[in-house]
Amino acid sequence: MAIKQQKFDPIEDATFQVANKNRGWSQKAREGALKRLSTMGMPSRRDEYWKYTNPTELLTEKLSVSPVVGLEDANIFSELDALKIVFCDGVFNPDLSDDLAAENIIISRLEENGDLHWAKNYYGLLEEKAQRPVSRSLAALNTAIASDGALIHVKGKVEKPIQILGIRNNTAEAILHHVIKVEKDCSITLLESGPFAKRLNSVMEVFLDEGASLEHIRAQGRDHDRLAVTHVFADIKENAKFKSFTLSANGMLTRNECVLTLSGDECAAHVAGASVGDGKSFHHDDTVFITHDAVACESRQVFKKVLRNGATGVFQGKILVKEGAQKTDGYQISQSLLLDEDSQFLAKPELEIYADDVACSHGSTSGAIDEEALFYLCSRGISKNDAADMLTLAFLAEAVEEIENDKIADIIVEKISAWLSRRRN
Amino acid sequence: MASFESIEVKDGVDQETVDAVREVGGAYKYGWETDIEMEYAPKGLNTDIVKLISDKNEEPEWMTEWRLKAFNRWEKIKEPKWSMVQYPEIDFQDQYYYARPKSMAEKPKSLDEVDPKLLATYDKLGIPLKEQMLLAGVETADNGEQGERKVAVDAVFDSVSVGTTFQKELKSAGVIFCSISEAIKEHPELVKKYLGSVVPVTDNYYATLNSAVFSDGSFVYVPPGVRCPMELSTYFRINAENTGQFERTLIIADKGSYVSYLEGCTAPKRDTAQLHAAVVEIVVEEDAEVKYSTVQNWFPGDEDGNGGIYNFVTKRADCRGDRSKVMWTQVETGSAVTWKYPSCILRGDDSQGEFYSIAITNNHQQADTGTKMVHLGKNTKSRIVSKGISAGFAQNTYRGLVSMHPKAKDSRNYTQCDSLLIGDKCGAHTVPYIEVKNNSSRVEHEATTSKVDDDQLFYCRQRGMDEEEAVALVVNGFCKDVLQALPMEFAMEAQQLVAISLEGSVG
Repeated sequence: MAIKQQKFDPIEDATFQVANKNRGWSQKAREGALKRLSTMGMPSRRDEYWKYTNPTELLTEKLSVSPVVGLEDANIFSELDALKIVFCDGVFNPDLSDDLAAENIIISRLEENGDLHWAKNYYGLLEEKAQRPVSRSLAALNTAIASDGALIHVKGKVEKPIQILGIRNNTAEAILHHVIKVEKDCSITLLESGPFAKRLNSVMEVFLDEGASLEHIRAQGRDHDRLAVTHVFADIKENAKFKSFTLSANGMLTRNECVLTLSGDECAAHVAGASVGDGKSFHHDDTVFITHDAVACESRQVFKKVLRNGATGVFQGKILVKEGAQKTDGYQISQSLLLDEDSQFLAKPELEIYADDVACSHGSTSGAIDEEALFYLCSRGISKNDAADMLTLAFLAEAVEEIENDKIADIIVEKISAWLSRRRN
Repeated sequence: MASFESIEVKDGVDQETVDAVREVGGAYKYGWETDIEMEYAPKGLNTDIVKLISDKNEEPEWMTEWRLKAFNRWEKIKEPKWSMVQYPEIDFQDQYYYARPKSMAEKPKSLDEVDPKLLATYDKLGIPLKEQMLLAGVETADNGEQGERKVAVDAVFDSVSVGTTFQKELKSAGVIFCSISEAIKEHPELVKKYLGSVVPVTDNYYATLNSAVFSDGSFVYVPPGVRCPMELSTYFRINAENTGQFERTLIIADKGSYVSYLEGCTAPKRDTAQLHAAVVEIVVEEDAEVKYSTVQNWFPGDEDGNGGIYNFVTKRADCRGDRSKVMWTQVETGSAVTWKYPSCILRGDDSQGEFYSIAITNNHQQADTGTKMVHLGKNTKSRIVSKGISAGFAQNTYRGLVSMHPKAKDSRNYTQCDSLLIGDKCGAHTVPYIEVKNNSSRVEHEATTSKVDDDQLFYCRQRGMDEEEAVALVVNGFCKDVLQALPMEFAMEAQQLVAISLEGSVG
């Protein structure tokens, strides 16, 4: 008798997982997320919010096991002295990680049982808030069934950068959910890199108290078969400062969403991204939603994409200035450098403004390398390849310059240069 | 306008701007109605009404079939909800789809036979229909050389065209300018060939509705190589209550021709909202050029947001031939709700599309407007300049698409959209879509004033102006050009807007 092939239903799967495993303190939040998810449904190409990126591949049934990517390849920040938190196949690995005990900071993992945890009141909170005005079902799915994650509570000055590192061994899928809370006037540098899994669904919720600051630097690279959807949610209080930079190279489908709320006066949020893509299978999507809900806040979005051989780059960015959020300074730029005829750039840079004393600007451009600039450099004795690389790096510079730490910026530039030199004509 | 007096204007917005907006958005001058005996089709919408409209216009069978097909489709589709406007559900069965003055039951053969009440209506609106009046009023009597100042008008009153001026003179130039109902009868081959070829019946909810029930509108055909000897214009007037106006305009500019077309519209003050769903189709053949200017001044509703026109319009130009050119200029001041995206399909190589828009919303007005530039041909160019001004409780959205197809090599787009908010209860939004699918094209979307032509800025700075002054001069100079490009009849109204400065504007 033939068994009827049932289509994989991620919601059904999540319902089963939530019902069959008690996750202690996070269970209630997970049930709530599942409920949201059931009403929202899964995204489809027909949704305006997924106009330029097809979510189908993020929703299909379990994938086959992918090739191993080891720790060395995953850790592009290896020359930095950082405190490593390593996830292998989507689960915390204590053997590969450093000792998590450090001054002024409490690090624990999501997959810890028990009924009490400081993160209980925070887990899933920003994800839930971010479901309006558009649903972000994949983030709700993450809250419901996340397998592990880092919970970081910063209570003072942290000397070393904290590094979340992912490697993959024998599983195709990882669902990670991190919660970071930075107390008043404290600060942290957070590094994130590694392939984690062939298909990654990652959520990071960041709570910045008054005067707190966080610098987040992320690298997505080397894993050419990557399917990733990531969400960074942040709530930024008075005088706090949030910075996030992402370098994306390669991969098949990457959707990085960043949802920030500036809820305290005079706070700042900067998000930047540099992505380099090669080949028809490369599809990279940056989706940013910044809400100004307080007076005299500053936000900055800088996204640069270098695309070649039929690669696709997407940018959807929105600045929402709520009524009363006067003296807002919002800036947004999205640019693409198309290195050949087949690549494409699709952008939707939006502004929604309900306050009259604001300065918001957005710009978006797309085009090829400037022939005149190329000619100028060549006439100075620089080879065409070097000149093209130089101009490409210069194009990406505005995004890379958002990184405050010079050492880290150098590493990023080095990686981009290497990527370019591997693709010389 | 109490709401206006009480608001605090922030630094940087000059008083002139505020006054200009107040003037434009202030007392609605065209709010009176004409007391005239009307004839209505029964309320509601069904196949019988569609047939009745077709019947009233004495249409051939193929046209009736065309309408019915549209109606069948319309019944199956849903009203779009994606725009940033909010209004109560429209009851499509609670209004009239056809209304005409009784005196128009038998079509007058010339303007002399038209009901004087109707003529008086247009006079009062400042649109004299009698040619001798036009000649006397607009021209100096003895100067025949200034013939290009003449404007031929097709006057549409509710569902019917009242009359079209200067038809004889246009005919001698080979230009066909008449109401669309007449064109269906007189020039079926042209109508059959072009109607629905730019905006297909299936295009969108309101275009489909229009296809089913359009009652009248204008038809223009300019033959190859002809430069239309005068401006053509259509003046739309809604007079009847609870009546929707659905007009259809079809403009064909054959190879190497040129035509400038203007559109104006007003409606009486009423406290219930009225629907206006028009379709404008423009076909531009090789080397032809069309200029289409609109001053949209439908009744915007009162200060509390009661009444007004719901303006859901589909306008599109198809630049089919190489080197063809189309230019949309719009000044949007009226309507309670506007939903309008005059678009250009740049199919021919080297074709050009331009879109200049000033949208002003006040009180409870809502506008969601912009353009689409679809680049299909090589070396095509488009330019978008949009200025949105929002005051009171109004919401003003720019929504636009620039699409460079893979084959549109070496194409170019420049977009600039600025918005200005006056008061802290209104909103201004920008929703641009940018799709670039080849690398030899350049697309720039700018909303910052710093990106005004650097050479011009440098020149001004060199003469001792500070940067802000220089920017204002350059941008205002450009804006003035646009407004002055408007034909004289509209220029008066639009000139008031020139005073609006860019200071304090947001992207």
